[in-house]
Amino acid sequence: MKPSGYSLDATFAALADPTRRAILVRLPAISKHLKVLERAGLITRGREAQRRPRKLEPRPLAEATDWIERYRRVWEANFARLDAVLHELKSKEKKTVDALLEDVKPKPKQRRSK
Amino acid sequence: MTPTAAMKIATPTDREVVMTRVFDAPRGMVFDALTKPELLKKWLLGPPGWTMPVCDIDLRVGGKYRYVWQNAEGRSMGMGGTFQEVTRPSRIVATEVYEEYWTGGETLVTTELVETRSKTTLSTTVRYASREARDAAIKMGATKGLEASYNRLDQLLATQN
Repeated sequence: MKPSGYSLDATFAALADPTRRAILVRLPAISKHLKVLERAGLITRGREAQRRPRKLEPRPLAEATDWIERYRRVWEANFARLDAVLHELKSKEKKTVDALLEDVKPKPKQRRSK
Repeated sequence: MTPTAAMKIATPTDREVVMTRVFDAPRGMVFDALTKPELLKKWLLGPPGWTMPVCDIDLRVGGKYRYVWQNAEGRSMGMGGTFQEVTRPSRIVATEVYEEYWTGGETLVTTELVETRSKTTLSTTVRYASREARDAAIKMGATKGLEASYNRLDQLLATQN
């Protein structure tokens, strides 16, 4: 398959599997180890003419992760501001509740011990 | 500032993107921050330098909403849609369409709020019309970026003036 033939869906689906991610990261090491195993006679492979070496294609991965990262940055900024809004709402609510409690609670001297 | 869990982004199906984030507040409060214009205007701003001068929300099934963002140079960007489901404080379903042409058409956005021990998990699912629409939105974002989209909007506005 030529590199431009990928779909983002296939990229995401492929990367969802931890074993496949591990293989992707270790691809150069894996082919080196295969050579060692082969030289030791532990594995063999078919006819040389049918050999189809695999190399890492960085483009689909970069496209998918760039987009996710951009999306993440914008939303992390939004959500950090939402945290601040919620923090403000909570302190306002606390003040209201405290004021109400202040109105109804008995004088400290009269408070019953637990 | 309260400590918060990291945001998660997932693509569970070929036409959806799900964003999940935990907030240190009860869900009624988070629901308010998502649906009351005076609160929403404080945080839903996107990239740095943008404000939200228009935020109209008619929060009921069939009701419409419209947001307009603006930056210091006066560039603006609008978005809006119709509420399909409104269940306070747990769920909102609404259509969403950007008024510029570069975002892959109308999407359906489902917002769910789950409260556990006074903390709220907010999950937002954006469903594109098709896998092609989602991929188009992703590729647009990946190849051009938001800034480039704004530049394009600039050009569009310039040609109309």
